Amino acid sequence: MMTAKRGKVVVLDNVVVRFAGDSGDGIQLTGSLFSDAAAIAGNDFATFPDYPAEIRAPQGTVAGVSGFQIHFGHRHIFTSGDMADVLVAMNPAPLKLNLKWVKPGGTIIVDTDMFTEKTLSKAGFDVSPLDDDTLADYNVIRAPISSLTKKSVEEMDLDHKTVMKSRNMFALGIMFFLFDRKFKSADDYFEEKFRSNPLVIESNKKILRAGYNYAESIEALRSVTYRVEPASLARGTYRNITGNLATAWGFLAASERSGRPLFLGSYPITPASEILQELSKHKSLGAKVFQAEDEIAGIVSAIGASFAGSLAITSTSGPGLSLKSEAIGLAVMTELPIVIVDVQRAGPSTGMPTKSEQSDLMQALFGRNGEAPVIVIAASSCSNCFYFAYISAKLALEHMTPVILLTDGYLANGSEVFRIPKVADLPSITPPLVQADDPDYLPYRRDPEKLNRRWALPGTPGLRHRIGGLEKEDGIGNVSHDPENHQIMCEYRAGKVQRVARYLPKQEVIGQDKGDLLVISWGGTFGVMMEAVLDLQKQGHKISLAHFNYINPLPINTREILGNFKKIIVPELNLGQFVWYLRMQFQEFRFEQFNKIQGLPFMVSELTSEFRRLLKED
Amino acid sequence: MADETAAITQVQGVTKEDFVSDQMVKWCPGCGDHAILSSLLKVLPELGIPKEKFVIVSGIGCSSRFPYYVKTYGFHGIHGRAAVLSTGIKISNPDLSVWMVTGDGDSLAIGGNHFIHVMRRNLDINIMLFNNKIYGLTKGQYSPTTPMGYITKSSPQGTIEHPFNAGELAIGAQGTFFARATDTNPKLMSDVMMEAAHHRGTSLIEILQNCVIFNNNIHNEITSRETKDDNQVFLRHGEPLIFGKNHDKGIQLVGTRLKVVALGKNGIDETKLLVHNQYEADPGIHMMLARMAPPEFPMAMGVIRSVALPTYDALMKSLIAREKQQGKIKNVDQLLHSGKTWEI
Repeated sequence: MMTAKRGKVVVLDNVVVRFAGDSGDGIQLTGSLFSDAAAIAGNDFATFPDYPAEIRAPQGTVAGVSGFQIHFGHRHIFTSGDMADVLVAMNPAPLKLNLKWVKPGGTIIVDTDMFTEKTLSKAGFDVSPLDDDTLADYNVIRAPISSLTKKSVEEMDLDHKTVMKSRNMFALGIMFFLFDRKFKSADDYFEEKFRSNPLVIESNKKILRAGYNYAESIEALRSVTYRVEPASLARGTYRNITGNLATAWGFLAASERSGRPLFLGSYPITPASEILQELSKHKSLGAKVFQAEDEIAGIVSAIGASFAGSLAITSTSGPGLSLKSEAIGLAVMTELPIVIVDVQRAGPSTGMPTKSEQSDLMQALFGRNGEAPVIVIAASSCSNCFYFAYISAKLALEHMTPVILLTDGYLANGSEVFRIPKVADLPSITPPLVQADDPDYLPYRRDPEKLNRRWALPGTPGLRHRIGGLEKEDGIGNVSHDPENHQIMCEYRAGKVQRVARYLPKQEVIGQDKGDLLVISWGGTFGVMMEAVLDLQKQGHKISLAHFNYINPLPINTREILGNFKKIIVPELNLGQFVWYLRMQFQEFRFEQFNKIQGLPFMVSELTSEFRRLLKED
Repeated sequence: MADETAAITQVQGVTKEDFVSDQMVKWCPGCGDHAILSSLLKVLPELGIPKEKFVIVSGIGCSSRFPYYVKTYGFHGIHGRAAVLSTGIKISNPDLSVWMVTGDGDSLAIGGNHFIHVMRRNLDINIMLFNNKIYGLTKGQYSPTTPMGYITKSSPQGTIEHPFNAGELAIGAQGTFFARATDTNPKLMSDVMMEAAHHRGTSLIEILQNCVIFNNNIHNEITSRETKDDNQVFLRHGEPLIFGKNHDKGIQLVGTRLKVVALGKNGIDETKLLVHNQYEADPGIHMMLARMAPPEFPMAMGVIRSVALPTYDALMKSLIAREKQQGKIKNVDQLLHSGKTWEI
């Protein structure tokens, strides 16, 4: 009966939907239930939550708006999307804030009951946007969501507050109709979440269906609905995962594979805290989590734990990385394995904590006293945070060196579809542990290939030794101020990190190996670069993408790749850090740069227009 | 506690020689650190702990060269951070006997934050804080324990800061063990090190240590032959606080304050004196004892506070054991499949 009433069904390749409301409106839940339905429908998707910086900013103001964007599709989805095809605005303030993110001609669904004089003035509207031509370019669905929500459960014994808290489910019901979604995943959620309260299960189900039925009864909604066919994803078991969750789990997997118990020393900081919170849940896997008194204590406790034999991690964001600088030098000097996760945010100083940026690269590479090289790796998608956390741990443990893993606020809080791997299929991890009473043991004797020292754990008979921040004598490891020895040791430490390149995969190029324009990017901008480059490739341009995950050392074929293109451009969400690093190392090439530093991601359109400009020029 | 100590001495035939390092000890001749090292070398073999289970951890400063001079596992860290290095080591492997060596600058200035937090967490480690009231390694600037008005290289007109009292700070931070000794009293140092080793929790030993170069005789009022009997009172659990060359003075609790009284005068005898209870959980009297200083009072020596409370490392260990037993997720494959998943 339901589908019979549908009018025209438009088949779409991909769609961007944004839900927006006050921070108490349950927007994140609405978005996540809509994501679940997309998953069940077999779509690929990526999501991004947009929280206000304040915990409970004044209700009804633009400062308190919470958003959730989902990009889902039949095709492979690389980002949470630029501009929305559909905006669901629960109040005037979210409409005001998000209007500029809606595509011209896009659909906007508003709760007309919430457009009162008071809410309009709080949101900063002089005249209701429903009454003037503010929304002239959009397909506006004026739905009295609040009153219909109330009406749909009026025979149930529910207080006003509970009912109003559920109006997001009415909106979700409308969206379910519009995209022909099944109720099951949402119903399952209600039954699990409200197990102890059957009345609330019932009311939520009712409201969801009321929204659906309402949409079905409205001509403006019924006449055109949409279908997004399943994506062609590889067979397997999938889940939705955020970057921070994936990072935490990657370390747990590395701990299990390496046999080294996990230790996290960390101080809460936005947007990295979820790593601390997540790992603290998994004591059943032996994870020891120490919430330190400050950032320095976070890393130094991890260095102590590393000395004692743990897979040692510290997680932070930019300001915390600054505080950890001296201690990273200690880990360099003592040549102990440790992973420092920097979930980058907009700086400098406190900057814009909830906004993302790629501006800690230089700090990661060089922000220490003395010659203090470390491995620097950058994850490039929410789900591959799992893999790169794992690889960071592997490289730290096997090469006996600190590794800085860069992610960012977008990867950390965004989510995407993740094909679940088997831990046994991940590469093995073999730390260079020393056996008890090894007669050849010397604290700074090195492996001739990797140049790493070995790991002798306190408590092991026959290996008592002392390490520390003072320069060490080659091999023996006693304190040394000998000039030539210092040069030898500095070169060993640098060489050890450089030789990691021998163990890394070659840099891949997406597109032709030769061409007119090579786009070089790194870290969290992968998705949007892919969209832009694939778009231009489809139009016949000779453009390729080299997206870097291994920053220090760079993959061994980097120079070779650079030589095959007429022009090279390096777009970054900073003022030009990777480009500077490349110019330093590859002086024979000319690198164009394209930089955005607004706490916002690149949009596909701004990239394609810049790339087109370079492709046209001669 | 002393009896318990005696019962487990000399396990496995470990001797002092097992801990003597082959490194040249580079402290100045006459530095108090030599005597502290010698006391610890005497104590370590007496603890009944295999020699490979000791870890000596330090920060930066003269005292912090200590790990190089003892043949154990050792970690010479960075300035102020020994407490958190020790924390990571102990949490990672609770079976280790962790000894931290630090100074008044290292722990009370740059490492002040870590110092108070390690005390409150009550991690089972032993901290030896060498207090010479000066920065030695940087050649003579004032430290957080330098007396107000004192002239140093960085306070040529005298300091204008109120000094910290290490014991007061530690007890205020909910420390469970505080003892004090002087570098001139090897017997007392060994005794308190032994008690610290047996205390389950963070044990702080403040050692009044003489910097012969930059602050010579700073503790003279306490330690000199002429004044020490009148300016030190040795605390023994269960015994009244008596001091003085002729054992004729005592400490009495009058109302809420301590008072020095003369024995045998005004009807005062031993029964009127404060009897030391190092195991009292309430920190009130311990705090007053830690604060005592000349000229009004003698300085308290020995174990001032020793309170049994759960340790961080033991709590962590039992949390993990419980979760391993009761937790639903036993391996990472299960974790990856937990929550909502779907097949394609």
